[in-house]
Amino acid sequence: MIPENVMNQPSWYESSARARIEGLLDAGSFKEILGPQDHVMSPHLALFDLPPAFDDGMIIGRGLIDGRPVAIAAQEGQFMGGTFAEVSGAKLVGLLRAVARNAGTPQEVSTVFLLLDTGGVRLQEANAGEMAVSETIHAILDVRHAGVPVVALIGGRAGAFGGGGLVTACCSHIIISEQGRISVSGPEVIETNKGVEEFDSRDRALVWRVTGGRSRVLLGGADSYVKGDIGSFRKAAEVINNNAPPLSLETLEREQGRLEHRLKAYGNCHDTPEIWVIAGLSTPAGIADLTEDDFIDLLVKEGVRHDAR
Amino acid sequence: MEKFTIYTQAKSSLGGKRSDTLTGVVASGNLEILFERKGEPLAVIVEVMTASHGYQHVWEAVIKDFVARVSPGGMYISIHDNGARPDTVLLRLMQGARLMEARS
Repeated sequence: MIPENVMNQPSWYESSARARIEGLLDAGSFKEILGPQDHVMSPHLALFDLPPAFDDGMIIGRGLIDGRPVAIAAQEGQFMGGTFAEVSGAKLVGLLRAVARNAGTPQEVSTVFLLLDTGGVRLQEANAGEMAVSETIHAILDVRHAGVPVVALIGGRAGAFGGGGLVTACCSHIIISEQGRISVSGPEVIETNKGVEEFDSRDRALVWRVTGGRSRVLLGGADSYVKGDIGSFRKAAEVINNNAPPLSLETLEREQGRLEHRLKAYGNCHDTPEIWVIAGLSTPAGIADLTEDDFIDLLVKEGVRHDAR
Repeated sequence: MEKFTIYTQAKSSLGGKRSDTLTGVVASGNLEILFERKGEPLAVIVEVMTASHGYQHVWEAVIKDFVARVSPGGMYISIHDNGARPDTVLLRLMQGARLMEARS
């Protein structure tokens, strides 16, 4: 059943990357860099007999949120699974480097928003894709070091897997919806390598219990939880300000401590309900069945589960 | 992948001020279409790259229908197709023409 409050709203999950950008930014404020009319496309896909995309599935540019200048990049999850590749990676890295270089100048932006929707590296151009992921991570850390927060928004069809999961985890702040998923090895990859008893990728409930938005936010793998409509992502993006933790040794040591504690407390669990029992949640078996409003109430009651990233 | 270009003429130029627009995505069963306002005012050039082989005559029929309905003179239309059905193709073409006709 579609909840009444999101029934008439455009859904983040169902929308294209361009529609997400349009809904997130102030109307008419988006200025695209290297748009489709520039024809900057993958030189590799033709070798595999595959049609390219005019933007290589990566849309980058600048715009306004509540009048504040921001930089934005969105992956089109429906094109090649929303991949990191040579051209799409260079566009993203170029945007991030420009943001880091412009910090403290009149060209400065207040925040970078990454609308990730990806299965990871594009296998047809894997070496370039792996390079793109590592350069993206490097560039994100430079932007954070320059004092500009980088915010990931996760709620698309492809989720944020492989290198996309690593990139997400390097951001200052992660906004996620129930449909959003974050992980490194995807369910099919785990099943292929370790067998169906380890992970049944066709068990959708299991996939979402482990990688989905609700579990991620409860475990501290995401910071803000929103309903799945574009308007809710926009509201969460509006209130992000510069109080994201600075990228410092102290922040990283606190995060390391939190993760060590988490591993010690939950390392032997086989599924998330076991974690929720240990964590003392009131409905450990029914987290997925709560309404969006009840789940958001639960998050408020539980409070912030981590203090660093 | 198959590539071909269809050259045709429209009865009139497409209205509107926009220089270009993109519609659709290269998803499975879908396509993206880039409209650019360039070339002779009545010429229509459609460049097709499609993942499906052997359907050129169907493309020609759909584009003939589109040109008859909309008269998109002066348009350079580039298509990246990933197995869209003819009805989806026509829908996207109509959508793109409508976007080009927008005032700003």
